[in-house]
Amino acid sequence: MEYILSILFIFLQSFLVIFAVLMMAYLGIYGERKLWAAVQLRRGPNIVGPFGLLQPVADFLKLLLKEPIIPDKANKVIFIMAPLVTCFVALSAWAVVPFAENWVVADINVGILYIFAISSLGVYGIILGGWASNSKYPFMGAMRSAAQMVSYEVSIGFVIITVLLCVGSLNLTDIVLAQKKIWFFIPLFPMFIIFFVSALAETNRPPFDLPEAEAELVAGYQVEYSSSFFLLYFLGELAATFLMCAMITILFLGGWLPPLDIYPLNAIPGVVWFMLKVAFIFFMFGMVKALVPRYRYDQLMRLGWKVFLPISLFWVVLTASVLFIFDLAP
Amino acid sequence: MFASILFFIFSFLILASALLVITSKNPVNSVIFLIFSFFNAAGIFLIAGAEFLALIMLIVYVGAVAVLFLFVVMMLDLNFEELNKKTNFVKTGIITSGILIAEMIVLFVYYPEEQSFIINKNNKLNSLTNTEIIGSKIYTEHFYHFQIAGLILLVAMIGAIVLTLRHRDNVRRQDISSQVSRDQEKNVELKDITFEETE
Repeated sequence: MEYILSILFIFLQSFLVIFAVLMMAYLGIYGERKLWAAVQLRRGPNIVGPFGLLQPVADFLKLLLKEPIIPDKANKVIFIMAPLVTCFVALSAWAVVPFAENWVVADINVGILYIFAISSLGVYGIILGGWASNSKYPFMGAMRSAAQMVSYEVSIGFVIITVLLCVGSLNLTDIVLAQKKIWFFIPLFPMFIIFFVSALAETNRPPFDLPEAEAELVAGYQVEYSSSFFLLYFLGELAATFLMCAMITILFLGGWLPPLDIYPLNAIPGVVWFMLKVAFIFFMFGMVKALVPRYRYDQLMRLGWKVFLPISLFWVVLTASVLFIFDLAP
Repeated sequence: MFASILFFIFSFLILASALLVITSKNPVNSVIFLIFSFFNAAGIFLIAGAEFLALIMLIVYVGAVAVLFLFVVMMLDLNFEELNKKTNFVKTGIITSGILIAEMIVLFVYYPEEQSFIINKNNKLNSLTNTEIIGSKIYTEHFYHFQIAGLILLVAMIGAIVLTLRHRDNVRRQDISSQVSRDQEKNVELKDITFEETE
């Protein structure tokens, strides 16, 4: 009986987390569109609901009610499976994210490895979808995406290693608690920048959205997708983006910790700080999209392999040496 | 009880998907089943309590190796009629798998007890997480093996690069630093042009 109850409790927690992620996605779409509108001196969504707040709901319903079109020559099983993989993978990674102290569904020993593994699976949704569509543009998009995501995973891995050297644990809660004295983005500032840019590339966000570059590939891997399949891709991508925001928050911005451990700040519950930091990083992502033009594909590869990889490798060695020489290793 | 049921499910799925890898007509389906069997192998590691190995399995094999596999297989220009013909790899396959099975039997039957792979439950190391155990074992006792493995991988990597590297002279390459360092004084020249008077 107790066993069943504990399983039910885990289910309940998971539903809460998924609900929270979907709410984030909802507010994220709205906020991003308003932000880009403000940058471009437009109004943005302002018709549906007060201040256009219901616009994402209207879009959601529209996509759900449209007819799903499956191309005749497509590999149908994989075609339908691909967006499900994207969405499933992006949502399942949230199981280990600590929203506040002890506010986590699964507090596992190797949390950061789990997130890294799961986020590296995100590429499958895109590559399979692009291949199964049996069409040129999606296929090109899938190829680009595969090469891009594998390249930037390398530098993400090294950045994570530098942070782990300073923490001495793979557990996400331990990583946050290790930042009580100082948030890691101050001593590891170059790594913070590299992680931020690699996160953009890893989630196919502009300026690295080459898998769906509309000027060259129409819509890349999503060309053949319509209605709810498209919606699943869209949601999966947003959830993955927010996951990257949460990862930056946990690794560099001290997770749920307040900026200063003094009275009015530490009275605010941790989850508020966490969400504020995630929202801030998401705002930065949005600003990058609004301000930076898209990279050319060879520039993207150059940046990943010839700039980020050497710098992050060097910083791993440097961090390890500094920790060893000054005997700071945890 | 629960763990052993899961073990049988996972191992059944590994075997089934491994069989599908070699019987699928379409190579892309083969790779997808290969990925599925990697997943189940990770599941077996999890049951054994080796969460580090399970996730490394996912990161290395599923997240990197299989992506590149899929990438290459998708780009192949395949002739399906050629593929559907029977191949002569049965003999080689039986010999290799026979050798592998013999090795495993030898390992499990004759391996000295004190060097057993299975971590003793009463070991004092058990209070550490298995990530820490693996780290402390690799970087102290098995340091040289670790270094040699690294060197072998490095040699293989350099070899792969040397085999595929071709320098073509007619490719126009972008030199970003020279582009950025261009300025008006070096690149713009002002000249006085004299016009001929026309009548």
